Amino acid sequence: MEPANHIGFIVAAYAAATVVIGALAAWVTLDYRAQLRRLADLELKGLTRRSASKRSELAMRQAKEDA
Amino acid sequence: MKKEIAMAIVDFASPSRFLKFADRAIPWLGGVTVLAFAFAINQAMIAPDDYQQGATVKIMFLHVPGAWLGMLGWALMTLAALGTLVWRHPLADVTAKAAAPVGAAFTLMCLVTGSLWGRPMWGAYWVWDARLTSVLVLFLLYLGVIALWRTVEDPSRAARAAAILTLVGALDLPIIKFSVDWWNTLHQPASVFRLGGPTIDRSILIPLLVMALAFTLLFVTLLVAAMRNEILRRRVRTLRLMQASAAS
Amino acid sequence: MTPLATLLVRDMRIAMRVGGGALMGVLFFLVVVTLVPFALGPDLALLKRIGPAILWLAALLASLLALDRLFAADHEDGSLDLILMGRAPLELVVAVKGLAHWFTTGLPLVIAAPLVGLFLNLDVPAEAALVLTFLVGTPALTFIGLIGAAIAVTLRRGGLLLAVLVLPLTVPVLIFGVAAANAAVVGPVPFGNPFVVLCALTLGSLIVGPFAAAAALRQEME
Repeated sequence: MEPANHIGFIVAAYAAATVVIGALAAWVTLDYRAQLRRLADLELKGLTRRSASKRSELAMRQAKEDA
Repeated sequence: MKKEIAMAIVDFASPSRFLKFADRAIPWLGGVTVLAFAFAINQAMIAPDDYQQGATVKIMFLHVPGAWLGMLGWALMTLAALGTLVWRHPLADVTAKAAAPVGAAFTLMCLVTGSLWGRPMWGAYWVWDARLTSVLVLFLLYLGVIALWRTVEDPSRAARAAAILTLVGALDLPIIKFSVDWWNTLHQPASVFRLGGPTIDRSILIPLLVMALAFTLLFVTLLVAAMRNEILRRRVRTLRLMQASAAS
Repeated sequence: MTPLATLLVRDMRIAMRVGGGALMGVLFFLVVVTLVPFALGPDLALLKRIGPAILWLAALLASLLALDRLFAADHEDGSLDLILMGRAPLELVVAVKGLAHWFTTGLPLVIAAPLVGLFLNLDVPAEAALVLTFLVGTPALTFIGLIGAAIAVTLRRGGLLLAVLVLPLTVPVLIFGVAAANAAVVGPVPFGNPFVVLCALTLGSLIVGPFAAAAALRQEME
């Protein structure tokens, strides 16, 4: 069992793990942005939740995200 | 006064409270995860080769945490399912839904790395080894739960259906594990050998544990972030329903 | 007649009349088994070796076939609401509906198994073992399937989801059913070992299935 023969598999395993978990992380991040955008759009149309009185909360969140 | 205390307890685990917590916690969790990975990958690089597996033991540093977190994901979903069915807690629904894709991704990582370990060690990408097979069934169960979440439109109805399925799965998983072990000893191919023998050397165990810790932190970070997304998604849904009912 | 006996008779009548799915399962079973030699070739020795496995797989798929209509049809015509309002415990009602489904879908498979087994060159001891494992194992498939049927009751495309949800849960039944059927013919373990585990799995599913399905129905129908 020559270790050198297996280096490809080790690299492939680490790459595959990065791809799988990276895809999950990317999905989570993009999903977060999409939800914020949708909430901001709805707020522009004058819709807010009854309990969320502060209009600025979403705007702040959006600004933090853009920064 | 009594009423206020009760409200405070309800509010403590309320989705809005959780959102505030998540906003503060996610940067910290992300930072700690990055630090943990920096240390863990360093440990994994300097770990010596296994006398039997050679350098491929380094794949185990991914494979084992993947298996552990795949199982942890289902355990969390089981607890959340109890929360859904017994207390009807909205945060339990959110936890159960967010945990499914996260658990599935770590299970997939376990399968893919196991397969890439199997090729040099067993001479095939896939061997119907008992552990791999059980993990494959776990992955299929995860996909079933995700499919169910994506089929039922109303979130709280979906949560209750998924909760029942999760509990039945939690009941069946040990039986599946037992069956597959039994089945595997019946069909044991001669070429399969066990990982590292009965004991794992400290030089390999420590990097393994450090890696497992780093992946666990990553799991928690992603789970909290996915839960935050889910809460926001529900707000969007509520607002859209309000919009639709206002328009009509 | 008690309400439960009435329900049993009613469900079996519905399954057997025009539009019911009673014999569809066994027909599907026959078709699937017929297709296998076209895929594998007509090698009788090979078919004999893998015969029990093929029959078990076909039975697994066939027993899921009509299951998605079990509660969905009652939900659509409103009788499920009446059943939920009735005084009979829902768990027992669900179990009786499962029993009726097994009588009309599972039992025909048990009866057809030896005939279909002839196609796969099974000899008499193998046939006997196979029928015994079918008789014990198919109720487990039906009662595990009940859970999926209850979860998918209000879904329009429930059938496919049902199979995706239920099939992974049936892995233990498949393993021990095929192992017992094979053990009687080729070994290596005695027939009794996997067979008692199969019995245990069936008994367990007879309990868990109705309780989980009833819970799912209560949650869905609120």
